[in-house]
Parts: sequence; C-alpha cells; structure tokens
Amino acid sequence: MTMATEGSPPRLDAGDKATGRARYVDDIHLPGMLHAAVHTSTHAHARIIAYRLDAARAIAGVKAIVTGADITGVRAGGIVKDETMLARGTVRYVGEPVAAVAAVDLRTAQRAAAAIEVDYAPLPAVFTPDAALARDAPVLHEEFANYVKTVDGGGQGNVVFESAITEGDVEQAFGNCAAIVEGTYETQAQHHVYLETNGCVADVDSAGRITLHATCQSVHHIQQRVAEELAEPMAKIRVIATRVGGGFGGKHASNIHSIAAWLARATRRPVKLVLSRLQDFEIQRTRHPARIWMRTGAAANGTIVARDVRITLDGGAYADESPAVLAFALLMSRGPYRIANVRAHGKVVYTNKLRAGSFRGFGNPQATFAGESQIDELATKLCMDPCELRLRNAMRPGDTAFGGQPVRSCALRDALERARAAQRAAPVLPPRDGCRRGVGFAAMSHISGLMGTAASVQLRADGSIALATGCVDIGQGADTAMVQMCAGLLGVTLDRVSYAQQDSDVSPYNWKTAGSRSTYMTGRAVAAATIEMRQKMLDQAARMMECAASDLELRPGGTIGLVGVPRTVSFKDVALHSLFRAGGPIAATHGFVFDGPGFDPKRASIHRLAFANLGVYTFGAHCVEVDVDTATGKVDVRRAWCAHDVGRAINRVACEGQIQGGFVQGMGYALTEAMHWNEDGWLTTTTLADYKIPGVLDAPAEIHPIVIEDPEPSHPLGAKGIGEPSLVGAAPAIANAIHDATGARLRTLPMTPERVLDMLP
Amino acid sequence: MSESKISCTLQVNGETHDLRVPADATLLDVLREKLDLCGTKRGCNHGVCGACNVLVDGNLVRSCLMLAFEAEGSAVVTVEGTSESRTGSDVQQTLIEAGAIQCGFCTPGFVMALTALFAYEPHPTGDAIRTALSGNLCRCSGYVKIVEAAERLAAIDR
Repeated sequence: MTMATEGSPPRLDAGDKATGRARYVDDIHLPGMLHAAVHTSTHAHARIIAYRLDAARAIAGVKAIVTGADITGVRAGGIVKDETMLARGTVRYVGEPVAAVAAVDLRTAQRAAAAIEVDYAPLPAVFTPDAALARDAPVLHEEFANYVKTVDGGGQGNVVFESAITEGDVEQAFGNCAAIVEGTYETQAQHHVYLETNGCVADVDSAGRITLHATCQSVHHIQQRVAEELAEPMAKIRVIATRVGGGFGGKHASNIHSIAAWLARATRRPVKLVLSRLQDFEIQRTRHPARIWMRTGAAANGTIVARDVRITLDGGAYADESPAVLAFALLMSRGPYRIANVRAHGKVVYTNKLRAGSFRGFGNPQATFAGESQIDELATKLCMDPCELRLRNAMRPGDTAFGGQPVRSCALRDALERARAAQRAAPVLPPRDGCRRGVGFAAMSHISGLMGTAASVQLRADGSIALATGCVDIGQGADTAMVQMCAGLLGVTLDRVSYAQQDSDVSPYNWKTAGSRSTYMTGRAVAAATIEMRQKMLDQAARMMECAASDLELRPGGTIGLVGVPRTVSFKDVALHSLFRAGGPIAATHGFVFDGPGFDPKRASIHRLAFANLGVYTFGAHCVEVDVDTATGKVDVRRAWCAHDVGRAINRVACEGQIQGGFVQGMGYALTEAMHWNEDGWLTTTTLADYKIPGVLDAPAEIHPIVIEDPEPSHPLGAKGIGEPSLVGAAPAIANAIHDATGARLRTLPMTPERVLDMLP
Repeated sequence: MSESKISCTLQVNGETHDLRVPADATLLDVLREKLDLCGTKRGCNHGVCGACNVLVDGNLVRSCLMLAFEAEGSAVVTVEGTSESRTGSDVQQTLIEAGAIQCGFCTPGFVMALTALFAYEPHPTGDAIRTALSGNLCRCSGYVKIVEAAERLAAIDR
C-alpha cells in the first residue's frame, strides 16, 4: 500500500465541484430568507449631512434599512481599528458602504438601496500618497490619534504606519562598491478577482444568536470581527464556511459580514448579502500600489554588499492589513541574498480610494519586482550573467534572513540551476515575425510559518478517524492535504478519514488560510495530533494485548500488531474497547503558535514592525521566455519554468497547480491588470471586461513546475508552503525577459503595450 | 410597483417546467432561483467569465446573457444534466483526474464548454481546445491542467 502522503490522489472535493453539487455561499437558500443590498458613497471624501430614507422605506417588501447612524460606532480592523461596517459621519472613498437594505427579494432590495438619498458636504480628496503627504493635505482620519491600535506604528497625518529594518552599515558599504544601481519602481492596484464574489448568509435564532454562512479565509476571524461590530460576545456569533470560490487574500479580512448579521438581527430573518461583481470591485480590497526607491551595490567580483530601500505603499481609505503588508514588504526587500548591509524604510499612507489589504504575496510582489529588476540592472553594469549573479549571492542553509532569523532549509541555488537547465534543454521555439525573444530570471523567497493554529483527531467506533481543523480550503487543496497527512501517519486510506467543514462552534482555532501557511502550520498541528492519538491507540492496544506499547507497530490498513508476530487488533477493536469497556474515547488535539526563531536584535535594528515573528522560509526561481512585438509593444509570455522548494510535496499535483496558477495571476499583474480611478475617485474598472485577467489564450501553454523537495526539519512530514511564491517572481522575470529581448527596462507595472513601446530603445 | 411576469415553459435536463417568471429574468436567474439548479454559477453576470455556461440545443450559451423566455422550445442542459451524458461525465472525470479543479467555481462553465467541444469534435487539437476555452476565466489554475485534461480526453477513442 502506498502511503496517503505519496503520489497525488485526486482532491476530495473535485467530484462535487465537477458536477455542480458543491455548495458555495450564493447556493444557500433558507426559508424566509431576505436579500440585502448596499447603498454606497458617491463621494471620495465628504461629510454625511442627512439620510433621506422615506422613498426606500415606502417600497413594498422592504423589511429593514440600516445606516451608519444606527450602528454602534465601534471601530474595527486589524492593527489600526479605523473602520465601521457602514460609514459614520464621513465617507472616505467612492463605493464605501453607507446604508443597507433587507427586502423580500434582491430586486426589491436593490431598488430600495438605489432610492436612498444621502446629503453630503464634500471635502477635498487625495488619491495618491504624494497628495496625501502634502503639507496642506486633508486628513482622512481626524480621530486617528484616538483609534485603538494593537501596535503603535507612529502614524500621524495621513501616515498609517511607518517601519524600518537595518542590518550592517549601509553608507560605509556603498562607499566600497564597484557598481551601484539605483531606480524607482512603481506598481499598481491589483484586484483578486476570485471567480466567486464575496458574500454571506446570516441567520438568527430566537435567542438572537447569529449564524453566518460565509465564503471566507477564516471562520474565527469573521466571528471575532462581527462580534466586535455588533457588540455581542463571540459566543453569540457562529460562522460556518461554505465552499470558497477563490480567495487569494481578498477574503482574508472581514468587512461586509457585519452588515448581513446586523440586518438579520434587526429583522429576525435570514439575510443573504452576495456582492455583485461591480460592488465586489468597489468595496472589497486591492493589492497595495507601491512606489519603491532602491539602490544596490556590489564589489567588482559580483558580491552584493549593500542595499538601501524606501517603500511607500498606498493604503487606501482604511488600514485593514496595511501595517503587516508593509512589514512583510520590508522583510522581503533584501531578496533571497546574502547582503550584509541593508537599510529598508517604509510607510503606508491613507488615500481616498478603496482600502488595500491582503493579496497573495502580501507586499512581497512589490518588493521583489523592484529587487529582482535591480539584480538584472546590476548584472548589466557588472557585465555578468544575471543568473550567475544570483547564484553567487544566493542564500544557503544556515544563513540568516533579513531580520536575523536563521534559515534551516534553503534550496535556492538548486532552484536557479534547475530552472536554467530546463530552459536550456527545451527545444527552441520558432521565432515569430516582428517579435524579439528574451529570457528572464527572477529569484524569490517567502514564508510559511506565522500565527496560531490547531487540529483535533478522534477515533470513531468502526476505526474511522474524524479530523477537524480551522483551515478553510479556498481552492488550493488544503482539505485533501490535511486528510492525506492524517491518513498517511495512521497507514489508512483516505476514505477512512472524515474532515470537518469549518464551523466556529467546533473547529479548532486557525488564524487564517493565508501566508502560505496551511500545509506547514495546520499541517504540523494535524501531524502532531495524529501522532499523539496514534500513541494513545498503541497504549490501548497494549492493554488489550497485555504487552508493552513499545512492542507494537502500526500495520497498513488500520491494524496494530505485535512486532514479529502475526497477531493483531484492528482500529475498530481498539475503538470499541475504548468506547465501551475501558480507557474512554481516544482523541488528541494539538495547537501551537508559530514557534520558529525570532528576529535577532543583535543583528538587525527593527523599528515598529507589525509582526512579532514569522519564518520557515521558502525559495524559488523563475525562468521565462517572452516574445515582444516591436510594432505593437505587446508582450507574449511563451514559456515558464518555475522551480520551487516545497520542503516535501504532500500532493504533487496540487503543488503544481499552485505554481502554475500563481504564475498566471502574477503574469496578469505584470502585463494587464490595473484598477483605475478617475479624477473624482470613481473606479472605472468595475467589470471583467474592463479589468483584464489572463484567459487561456493569454497564458503560456507551457508552465513547467519544478518541484524541489528539501525537507523542512520542523515539520514532521517535511512540508513547507507554496501558495504565494509563484506569483511573486512572475512580474520581475517577465520584466527582465523584456529587457533581454529589447533593451527596454520597464520599472512600472503593468507592462502594457503602450509602456513597452514608450521604452523601446 | 409590481414587476410584469410572463408564462414560460422550459425544458431543462430533460424535464419540462411551466413557470411564471419576470419578463427580464435571465436563464441563469431561473435556473438558480426557480429550478434550484445551482451548479450553474454567477461569476460576473456580464457574459465575460463563462461560469454560467449551459447548452441550449447543444450550443454553448452564457445563461446570464439569455432571457429565460428566449429558451422556450429549446432543450437546456446544465452541469447537473450533463453528468448524465457520456461526453459530459467523461469531461468531468478527466478534469478530476488531471487535478484541473481548484476552487471549482469556474469548473461547471469549463465542463459545459468542453462538453460542447467534444460533442462535435472527439479529438480536438491543443489549439482547438484553447480556442474552445477562450471564453472561460479561471483564476486558480493557470489553465495548464485544464488543457492537459482535455488533451488526455482528446487522445482517447471513446
């Protein structure tokens, strides 16, 4: 029998998804259910003077209307608690929820939402960090000093948070460099475009307890947020995850769930709030637009000795995950290299646009676009091969990350060499008329360890195993991976393990499905709980067989045997004995918070970083081939080789899917995707026709995942995360390939045909 | 204000339904809200993403762009119904086995597009597959495994 952690069993949820049986949030219909619609701000910055609700109230079928004037006013959020579920007093972006309606059907709710009128007194608005930082700029959050903050970020004016990390002596090191490159890199707002828009269904019982069915990245996070905003104890809020039609960080934090919960509580009826695509674009969140100034210097032999970085992130109107995104961008700004002298400073700034927040990569795509572009620029100046320059400076096992944490497993050099070798070995594609071909590399690092998680396992009467975690599968295959790990450690087939849907009433705590952390963090909890339960099963079997547990072994297929002797007891025997005779139910729970080595204050000076600790670094390298049409400026990514160190692949096909999918999402970021706001702050890219994500004809037919297995010592099965890195390296690899093809150095994303044409030498 | 409803008889997955629907209800609205056929997904409601694809008389149609009454007199097949056909279930099985399904929200639309393709062309080329899928958006997979799945099916004499 092959272990459940070997090979790539099809996903447990694939059958339901292929046949249309999988239940997503909009598929939920409860008896008596009302539908909600949201009325949104038409001003980028204005004081709310009055609400005119009579026309909306007069519409037959309207059951409740709530505005910002009705709510508690408790401000919620991440590190800076600056947001209310509906604007109170002031609106800060066009599209901000101002009021919401519950009605008997969606049409009625939408008609009523449209009939609401709000009188505003417009205020001057700022749409860029430069404008927001100007001396006479309007201040978005005049009460900022009074907001609750879990970490002091030194923010004032429109600055949300300011952080810095320094290692070594940057000024002195630049003085000794043979080659120095310097540039400013700008990146845009990208939207997640999960195919399923965000939404939830809120239900309420006679005691006022609210149950939310939500497409989300954490039931526990939503429970906490809704409890805060509704001023209820968490015990009165239950959140159940539906199937999730993609997340990518966009369903990482909560902002709409409280609206549905509030309406359900007010009407005592179930309320569905599922956003239209337009409203999902307007009121959810984006990747942070960034401006990154960077300077990198090397000795004549190619040893990089110094880097100086200044990052300004456009946070939009509310802080959301901004302080943490800034921290992670800074941590990643050194790149996966041994650079002794690095200084990184950054700030995130409020502007009158949609909030920026968590998005696959979490600040790393911006930092790595700058850093990996600059590595190629440095290679040009040094007359070195860019891949060789990377290899020379690549981190190795035992090195430290920026911030000073030791890195135990690191297969970066292997990743670079294998991506390069695979590209060189591939048959040359025939040239295309009017196009120039180029090859580009990017190296990248990411993490997979942070925050807290837990898992529980129980032995059922027939020897089946009930596994539960708080990790919501958002499409990446976590359900299957967790079951594979549990089944593998017990030597049973996957169908002997049930896996619980996430429900805040019963699921063990999990921070979020985010940060490429599920297979590493929750996987570790699953493995530890399973190993603990396995020992309890052996102890129980030892009592039954009147021998020492150390003389027993697990045998494939769910039996326990005496070493060297055919005599066995089955898991079922063990379960029944424990349930009905002696010992009691066999179960185990394991929970932990990330326990890796922390930042090292002796190495690095760290100023106001939003993370206490994170780690378990992953490494990867991309090699891409592009054709650049020199008449139109259009860039066609022909092939990609993406080598990633996953520690150990629990499900190889799922790892490949993460790599390929992440690369294409990164390609969209590189070439076509951008949210645009007009001069009044209205978002103009509000449909999938205006906001261009790659289709099958845009994506390269060949994206070769190269899965490198260099086991992570701190995970019982050696696994690390692979959710985000493949997106991170796409844009710089493509930028470097465009430069290789044409000599044009694009420092602004997306690299549209217009920008490419402008830059062609 | 009461909305005007019209009578409409729809034949969906071999069953006939006599319905009263708003005149401007789309086929997608009716499938999901009146007939409880929720496998057909609303991804954009603008005809761009393809998650709402169904077959109408064997032709691939975006159900968010077709008014329900326009489908009167036609045979409508949804992802639930296509499981009953040999081609449809083969398409579903190949997507499952190739690891081509991630979040799954786009999957019904891809199933229908591939079913439409394989119904008239059992051995399509890679280019034909990509062209047939060019009206479907997937945000998870990068498309590689979806195309590989279809290529596997194209290589089989069924």
